[in-house]
Amino acid sequence: MLATNLYGMSFSHGIFSLPLLFGTFGPTGISQSSHRHDTTQHNTTQTQHSRIVSTLITFRMARNLGGFLVLFLAISICEAASIFQPISDSHRSAALELFSPTDGSFGSLEETYEALRTFEILGIKKRPDISAASCQSVSETLGSSTSSLKDVFHALKVNSILKCKVNDETFQGVAKRLKAVLNDASSLLDFYYSIGSLVLIKDQNSGVDVLLHDADGVFRSIKALSQSDGRWRYSSNNPESSTYAAGLALEALAGTVSLASSEIDQSLIVTLKNDIVKLFDSIENYDDGSFYFDEKLVDAREHQGPLSTTSSVVRGFTAFASVTSGSINVPGDKILGLAKFFLGIGIPGNSKDFFNQIDSLACLESNRVSVPLILSLPATVLSLTKKDQLKVKVNTVLGSSAPPLTVKLVQAFISGTKDSSVIESLELKFDPETAVHFLDVLPKSVDVGNYKFVFEIVLHDSEDKSVYATGGQTQVPVFVTGLIKIDNAEIAVLDSDHGSVETQKQLDLAGENAVSLSANHLQKLRLSFRLATPRGNIFKPHQAFLKLRHETKVEHIFVVGNSGKQFEIILDFLGLVEKFFYLSGRYDIELTVGDAVMENSFLRAVGHVELDLPEAPEKAPRPPPLAVDPSSRYGPKAEITHIFRSPEKRPPQELSLAFLGLTLLPLVGFLIGLLRIGVNLKNFPTSAVPATFALLFHLGIAAVLLLYVLFWLKLDLFITLKTLCFLGTFLMFVGHRILSHLASTSAKLKSA
Amino acid sequence: MVKSTSKDAHALFHSLRSAYAATPTNLKIIDLYVVFSVFTALIQVVYMAIVGSFPFNSFLSGVLSCIGTAVLAVCLRIQVNKENKEFKDLPPERAFADFVLCNLVLHLVIMNFLG
Repeated sequence: MLATNLYGMSFSHGIFSLPLLFGTFGPTGISQSSHRHDTTQHNTTQTQHSRIVSTLITFRMARNLGGFLVLFLAISICEAASIFQPISDSHRSAALELFSPTDGSFGSLEETYEALRTFEILGIKKRPDISAASCQSVSETLGSSTSSLKDVFHALKVNSILKCKVNDETFQGVAKRLKAVLNDASSLLDFYYSIGSLVLIKDQNSGVDVLLHDADGVFRSIKALSQSDGRWRYSSNNPESSTYAAGLALEALAGTVSLASSEIDQSLIVTLKNDIVKLFDSIENYDDGSFYFDEKLVDAREHQGPLSTTSSVVRGFTAFASVTSGSINVPGDKILGLAKFFLGIGIPGNSKDFFNQIDSLACLESNRVSVPLILSLPATVLSLTKKDQLKVKVNTVLGSSAPPLTVKLVQAFISGTKDSSVIESLELKFDPETAVHFLDVLPKSVDVGNYKFVFEIVLHDSEDKSVYATGGQTQVPVFVTGLIKIDNAEIAVLDSDHGSVETQKQLDLAGENAVSLSANHLQKLRLSFRLATPRGNIFKPHQAFLKLRHETKVEHIFVVGNSGKQFEIILDFLGLVEKFFYLSGRYDIELTVGDAVMENSFLRAVGHVELDLPEAPEKAPRPPPLAVDPSSRYGPKAEITHIFRSPEKRPPQELSLAFLGLTLLPLVGFLIGLLRIGVNLKNFPTSAVPATFALLFHLGIAAVLLLYVLFWLKLDLFITLKTLCFLGTFLMFVGHRILSHLASTSAKLKSA
Repeated sequence: MVKSTSKDAHALFHSLRSAYAATPTNLKIIDLYVVFSVFTALIQVVYMAIVGSFPFNSFLSGVLSCIGTAVLAVCLRIQVNKENKEFKDLPPERAFADFVLCNLVLHLVIMNFLG
């Protein structure tokens, strides 16, 4: 797959990554990914597209005179392949996990029904016992005259499985109520729930009169909501049409037909069948042959995904087909495509989707138009060496056995080459014990490689052909693998001038080798080997690389080209001196040969070569810095540990308290000094008004100081400044009064 | 020589004391206040020298509070002193009002800085 003439190409380790080593390329490592982005659940275990590795190789190709050419080579092979497996035990265990009751019930009646129905279809006997709680809920819902139509509908559905004891009067009452609703119904949901409930009552209690006398009228009023393209509206005043609603309408109409007391007008049925055909014209498909319905209009409020939409249509369609006679002109391919759609989802992750999938498949399994048959392969990787048999199973969607049939291998061709088929029409044998169609030995013309096998199902009974949908030819990708024989492997050092062999060593590439060679820049290194398939043909693997790694971890990778029969690479060291950065010394040699179908792909150390290269001139390119390990570049970074400042060392408490006392000492000294000087308060005003002002002045100062203390302890600056504003004004006023009073008295004294 | 020096010093102190005794009482109070402030500041500095200056802003505000109020008291003393002809027209009450106002502003800043 790589251009093999890229001789002399050196992959400089700094920018080269090799994601396509055989491990990722082997048949077991094929990544299967779902392309159904719009379905609610992705499941990678059982999907259609096996997307074979897409690789991006970046390499640098160096020229002798320097100057690097950067080439990006993106090789990606995407192949559509479709393998659908019928419902199996993995679904059963998933069902038990998804539907697990809490406190003896499943929550709402709708969820209960979904769980019970799923268990019933899958034939799970060991289901959780919830009948007591559910039956109570059922009789409460049916007994109450205020319960909503939807609840009644689901209660009856639960009852159809659990067979709770509900007395006749209750049924009578519910039927009466439903008929009343049906008479004034205008919206599709009203029709759907009331008719659906009446059908359920009919099945559960034959004594209740549920027959519709005006079935034609009901039929017409539901039909009045249909659109010309086969879709339906929810109500007459809602112009938006929906595919999901079409499914509901079909189910309601099927109910109407089964409830009709007299034969429905055949012309109505014929128009409806035309509607169904139109509806199936709007079906969408994936390129793996699966068909589905999707809501055209994206209304966030009532938007249903493709799964529930398809499921609704399938339910309605199969219900309608079962109550009418005559054929409905829907091709079997589309029915099979619908089955493939549901199977292609794998195992959905939520219970609603799971129920929709299983219920729809059950509808398809027993539908009257055509029953899809699914062809599946237990293994799509066959080993030639182990002589694996090609086995094919044909089942219905739920995994039950198919009618007598023969599987034909119509054709097999190597994928990618459509025309050259290696097998033409082989009939597979049938083993009735294991119900497996098998091919004893693969024909001689099948060698290792990936193939597309084209199967065809041929039904024995011609009557079955109208009942079952086989879908014509089924294409399945098959990998045929085998052990590849390696021989004539040898490594040699040649003289540049004459090409004469200096040293030559045989290699055993199946086992360990420890060749030690030495060479100088005037010599050449030659490595050659041959690969042969089990059938004896020449095998060309996807990958054949030779890697030289210097002691300093500088790596060079070369593609080993093939010349007809054998793989050979000749390294002329004279031309590679600059590429090797003039690094003399020991180079380890590693050989990689790998392919998806090669069972013994290998990456093997061959030995080492001691290279003696000339001294580097001054302007020689420097070896590139060592590659950063990608896991360290994209992996988790080193954890950042925050260094907290360690708290300052505090002095002992006693010392600090002692100094607090010491600071108070000068205050004591100050007070003593005041006494010694003989301070008095004689100047304090004696008359009432100035004395008050004097007192207020001192109180004011005290208040301001107290405010400061509070500011220190808890207040913030804004509150402090606001308060200080008021206190300051007060203090100015009072201070001015008292001080001017004092000034005037002292002035009087002086003048006196 | 030594003796005469101590004698001289003694005489100097004596004259200084007698001269200071004539100082008016209100100036003496201010002097005492200044001494009180400076000593308080000194004790805090000693504390810092011995123990360390860990809550440094607290130490600074403590010392600056003392020094600041001492400086303000000195200013008050200059203004109140009757010998200073420069401030003859300024009544001592006015000077005291200034002193109180400046102290309040100073301590607002100190409190803010105290942490």
